Amino acid sequence: MNVRSQISMVFHLDKCIGCHTCSIACKNIWTDRKGAEYMWWNNVETKPGTGYPTKWEDQNIYRGGWQKENGKVSLKGAGKRRGLTNIFYNPNLPVIDDYYEPFTYRYLDLIESPEGDDQPTARPVSLITGEPIDIKMGPNWDDDLSGTPDYARNDPNLKNLSAAEQEVMFQLERMAFFYLPRICNHCLNPACVASCPSGAIYKRGEDGVVLINQEVCRAWRMCVTACPYKKSYYNWHTGKSEKCILCFPRIEAGLAPACMHSCVGRIRYLGVLLYDAEKIEAAVHDDESRLINRQLDMILDPFDEEVIKSAKQNGIADSTIHAAQFSPVYKYVKEWKLALPLHAEFRTLPMLFYVPPLLPVMATVKQVDNSEGEKKMNPMAKYWDDNWLYDTSTKELWGTLDQVRFPLKYLANLLSAGDEELIKDKWRKMMAVRIHRRRVTVGDVSNEKADEALRDAHLTPEMADGIFYLTALAKFEDRFVIPPAHREQAIEMIDFTGDTKGETGFGIKSKIRRGL
Amino acid sequence: MNALNNFFLIALPYIALALFLVGSIYRYTYKGFQLSSLSTQFLEGRRLFYGSLPFHWGVLFLFIGHLIAFLFPSSVLAWNSQPLRLLILEITAFIFGISMLVGLVNLLVRRYTTPRLKYVTNKMDLVVYLLLIFQTVIGLWIAYNFRWGSSWFSTLLSPYLYSIFSFQPDIKAIVLLPVPVKLHIIGAFVIIAIIPFSRLIHFLVPPINYIWRPYQQVYWNWSKRDVRNPEAPWSLQRPKNN
Repeated sequence: MNVRSQISMVFHLDKCIGCHTCSIACKNIWTDRKGAEYMWWNNVETKPGTGYPTKWEDQNIYRGGWQKENGKVSLKGAGKRRGLTNIFYNPNLPVIDDYYEPFTYRYLDLIESPEGDDQPTARPVSLITGEPIDIKMGPNWDDDLSGTPDYARNDPNLKNLSAAEQEVMFQLERMAFFYLPRICNHCLNPACVASCPSGAIYKRGEDGVVLINQEVCRAWRMCVTACPYKKSYYNWHTGKSEKCILCFPRIEAGLAPACMHSCVGRIRYLGVLLYDAEKIEAAVHDDESRLINRQLDMILDPFDEEVIKSAKQNGIADSTIHAAQFSPVYKYVKEWKLALPLHAEFRTLPMLFYVPPLLPVMATVKQVDNSEGEKKMNPMAKYWDDNWLYDTSTKELWGTLDQVRFPLKYLANLLSAGDEELIKDKWRKMMAVRIHRRRVTVGDVSNEKADEALRDAHLTPEMADGIFYLTALAKFEDRFVIPPAHREQAIEMIDFTGDTKGETGFGIKSKIRRGL
Repeated sequence: MNALNNFFLIALPYIALALFLVGSIYRYTYKGFQLSSLSTQFLEGRRLFYGSLPFHWGVLFLFIGHLIAFLFPSSVLAWNSQPLRLLILEITAFIFGISMLVGLVNLLVRRYTTPRLKYVTNKMDLVVYLLLIFQTVIGLWIAYNFRWGSSWFSTLLSPYLYSIFSFQPDIKAIVLLPVPVKLHIIGAFVIIAIIPFSRLIHFLVPPINYIWRPYQQVYWNWSKRDVRNPEAPWSLQRPKNN
């Protein structure tokens, strides 16, 4: 057993309201710079939709992630052979138009224009050339555009859905969408690290954060191709690649990353997972259908004596083990099995997990016979001229899981590598928690029914209460359990701290050289 | 004439090599951030294909060819002892030269006709393009008019380059060479001289290490194992300031 610790995340999609506060917090801190204007280390997409960059999930276009061929796992669009032979021209590199051309407006024209017959306007100008442009795309361009032919219907996750299923999905009365916030997954088998010819990208041993060394990056841009989530970005101004750093300066100081700290819906959870690094290789090479189970198998029980012992042998600090025991991520992912990784089939073992959204499921639209009601109606009353009933009753849930408004297959393509049973299992659990809590707080659900629901979902009442607490009531300290980084020890390894205060600052691990 | 020859064929090479050595080491040590070519594929991806690929494969082949002719002149002469093999070598090299020229012209036109690229272009880029085009055109001219270059390079230029590197410059043989060849030599040393001051620096940092390094890299900032072990000294490195 080779125990390592990973700072891992859970995003509860059922709670995401799509407000983009996370994206703004991130942008203001990290990517508000020349060359980085187009980057959104954190972005929120509407699903179904094409996302950012356009159709990033379609690896026939971008050739990201790993592929398994004849039992061998290799990078799809990069790697030693492909990367080095394509080093002079990367055929699968997304260009800026796949994201969008960053722009601003000439606001000053509003103030400084000379007096005239017309109102002055603020024309949009490109942030690259400074010339006026016609905006063709921008951040969140497909926001809330479910059902639209250009965006929602081009979603790569619709690939296994029949034309009829898609048609049903996008009927006006049935149409639904949800939000998918995305940051770097800080994978256990990161394709970006493997693809970097210069070796500039690495995974930090202490907390598993994946970083790009800007001094070593030589701009071969293979990581941009290799990352199947398109979370490594090329800065056209500095000529270096950049990516989400999980706000490591904040984490080391015990603060939650900016996107998580600012999350309005409180959908984000962050905590330590202990995992067995020896199992990575076998997990990566397994069949697609078993990838998620393999990944969950790697995650170790932080209360297990054996695990604690080997963790200590591996030099994991007691404070980190303690944080792992209180990790909300461990609870969601392993204990309750409520969360799933995004696109496990890319084989990068992403360590950001999503609780699937339930809301599009709960309500169904039924055709009802409205003729009776019409007869009895007061002639003066407003009459709704349709026979559709938007049914939010939960009574029929177990029966309707197969005919839900939002196709299971779609969510399965997104979150469970195509396994619909896994999504169903999560939905059952989430419904069971609701039924159980309704019994506790309102009391109009019979004990038999609530117990049956919990049994079906393999939950105990205590687990259901735990899920309810962490989902609905969790405080800041419950959502973010950040282990101390023990940077003091790191500095003491290099320098005597007694007289070097201020000499070595954040990020500098060697003495600053002066002169020759 | 003698002074000119002395300057361009003796002094210039040493100035160029000194600039190259000192400049490259300085840039590598102190300007690590700048050790790459500023890629523009992200801003313009289609036309780069027709410029970058023919140029780079051409220049790579020709550079290695010149290097082999310099390092192992006798092997090149042995290869050229049969006319057919000589022809194969010369024609292949000429094709790569054409490929390099086509690539360069495409790159130059692309850079100055794509509006976005204006904002990531500096004056040195133009110097680099013009120098390389000059060098390629002259090279092709020599290959066509003064045959067979691969053979006389090995007998004339290799000894000259060897004499430069062994600090006993001997230009007796090459002062008699035609002007285009001298221009080609001068061009080569000027290019070497500007490597540390231009995007050409990226040719010094090819990712060769990638061939044998493992795919995944996990770095520990410090060894927690040693920190926690009471038997071990407090740290592996003694504090440097204490």
